Amino acid sequence: MMHGFRFLRRLVLVGTAICALFSLSAPAQDWVHIGSNIPTGSQRIRLAAADMKPVGSDPQTPLLKATFDTTLFHDLSNAGIFEMVSKSMAPTAMPGSPQEINLAQWAAAPANAAFVAYGALSASNGHLVVYGWLQDDRNAGTAPILTRQYSADANDDQARTLAHQFADDIIGALGGGVRGIAESKIYFVSARNGSKQIWEMDYDGQNQHPVVRAGILSESPRISPDNSRLAFASLGNSGWTIRMYSFDLRRFVAFPPGAQGGSNFSPAWSGDGQHIAFSSSRSGDPDIWTCDVNGGNLKKLTAFRGPDVSPVWNPRTNAQIAWVSGRTGLPQIYIMDTDGGNVERMTDGGYAISPSWSPNGQFLAFSWNRKYGPGAPGGQDIYVMDIASLRWLQLTHDSGSNDFPTWSPDGRHLVFERTLDYKTTLWTMLADGTQQQQLTQTGKDFMPNWSWK
Amino acid sequence: MISRKQIWIALVLTASVAMISGCKKKHPIQPAATPPAAASPVAQLTATPSTITAGDQVVLSWKTTDATSVSIDGMGSVPSAGVKTVTPTQTTTYHLTASGPGGNTDATATVTVNPAQAAVAVPQNNSSMTAEQMFKANVQDIFFDYDSYNVRTGDESVLSKAAAYLAAHPDIKVVIGGYCDERGSNEYNLTLGQSRADSARKILEQDGVAPNRLRVVSYGKERPFCSEHTESCWQQNRRAGFSMDGAAGN
Repeated sequence: MMHGFRFLRRLVLVGTAICALFSLSAPAQDWVHIGSNIPTGSQRIRLAAADMKPVGSDPQTPLLKATFDTTLFHDLSNAGIFEMVSKSMAPTAMPGSPQEINLAQWAAAPANAAFVAYGALSASNGHLVVYGWLQDDRNAGTAPILTRQYSADANDDQARTLAHQFADDIIGALGGGVRGIAESKIYFVSARNGSKQIWEMDYDGQNQHPVVRAGILSESPRISPDNSRLAFASLGNSGWTIRMYSFDLRRFVAFPPGAQGGSNFSPAWSGDGQHIAFSSSRSGDPDIWTCDVNGGNLKKLTAFRGPDVSPVWNPRTNAQIAWVSGRTGLPQIYIMDTDGGNVERMTDGGYAISPSWSPNGQFLAFSWNRKYGPGAPGGQDIYVMDIASLRWLQLTHDSGSNDFPTWSPDGRHLVFERTLDYKTTLWTMLADGTQQQQLTQTGKDFMPNWSWK
Repeated sequence: MISRKQIWIALVLTASVAMISGCKKKHPIQPAATPPAAASPVAQLTATPSTITAGDQVVLSWKTTDATSVSIDGMGSVPSAGVKTVTPTQTTTYHLTASGPGGNTDATATVTVNPAQAAVAVPQNNSSMTAEQMFKANVQDIFFDYDSYNVRTGDESVLSKAAAYLAAHPDIKVVIGGYCDERGSNEYNLTLGQSRADSARKILEQDGVAPNRLRVVSYGKERPFCSEHTESCWQQNRRAGFSMDGAAGN
């Protein structure tokens, strides 16, 4: 039990501020569920976000301002490191510049904000400009922590984009230098239009749209670390192949090792974007293979009978791979070196699938049913394991069947798939299981993959 | 704070140990005054589908409770719950008997078998059956246990029969589809389906079918044969399915 407690403390080093949650939480491994009303975390930064001051009389300004204000507040609330001052507690002032703000007003009760983000927004002639500041309320007279100007075309999408940029700058400034994730994307599989194909959306579920069609159906999208390419598995007339789509070229590019016989599944990028791991049955049985991104150096890493699938690289070192193997029966999570050596089994039973390696290299997130079997009472839930100690933490509880966790670029969040009443939807949560939010509604969305930046 | 936690943990542990040891008592002491009568066995037997054409396969699945011995006529003694693939050639009623301290219980399931269409009219020459029907009658799908990719012992003879048919029809190429039930992960099930189809392929190759006549495609849980959320349906979906490869027949 005490190990579990220590593990919890280590886990939350993922984000220094999340640490505060755990020191106040119970040490049990199950049901460490702090809920959305996080304890008045003295270590969460109390932040106010003033509504933007509208400037000028362009008729677009009020609508774009509303979108910007809502998006910024949501991004900051979602970051996992702030205790946001609710709008009802905050001053109604909309300071549009450092000359206009009365910091004492924001530092005083009931706002009690340690920091305040504020600024001005104007649309004119189809152009949107936002000036944003971040200031320490309790040190009046010091220079603003951030002074930023953002501009884009004046439309709703761009208003959201600028809010995401400002949010990520604020999170970077106050969150130990780790930039926020509000500008990141989530790739996923959707069958909402019939066959399963690859889709993309913003990290908050906005802007859902198809990316590319391939074959009869496609699965397992994985975005490259530089966001330039998307690898995925597609079922075509010649079976399952790994396809590689280039966003730069707006077309498929050749990836010969992904189509050289057998069924090919579940591609994975190394953290440096130079290598691909995937599952292929070309030698008679599904095994883990790796190669260079240009197709050279093809190597088979596993050799046991039974399924080997879902590889993921340690993005920190690119020297290890975690994957799923059914070599002993039910699927378990394993790790090995990239030469196939030092195989270590990570899970001690049940049905464990879909590993995702945390950006700092320290944790695996995966889906696990610890009491799997016909009629057994277990649920398929998301877990995070500390690789060094094998200690784990259960993040989802009693809510459907949960699979395909992927880490956010800042290591503070996970996106995952949840099936309830035969409907599958995508969700995000903080890496401690709190702040679960549903992103999709069609009931036909699967296999999310979070971009690397 | 820690010491309070430890007390709490100790209490929880004590309670759970008590629960666990309670569960392990196989013969709880009954109050002497009212010895309860042993429960009669409960038995359930289903055949899916219940109507077929001669040559098709049927999945029998059964489960029982409070039975010490279970048998099915014609098959003898069987486990208390299980699944078996049968290929009745005429309408058949399967009869299960579950016996226990509380008595005997029967369960039956009838499969109506329709003769293969018009096959009777031309007995010597099967030309009235399409090549597809002939193939289906001779190269039959096989089914797998829960989360297993090992071919069941009884199904090796099904594959031997398939290999003999393929030896006699060297022009036919075969696609082996690997299928899984709806439970579990999409990605893992794709490789589980692959391993099932590969298991079937290896046995066909051992039985003499040339590797270049066999192609394997895994469908995981993407192409279910049956879409209900029941064990008998799941059993139908845990299969290696054979079909003629469209690219063949040159």
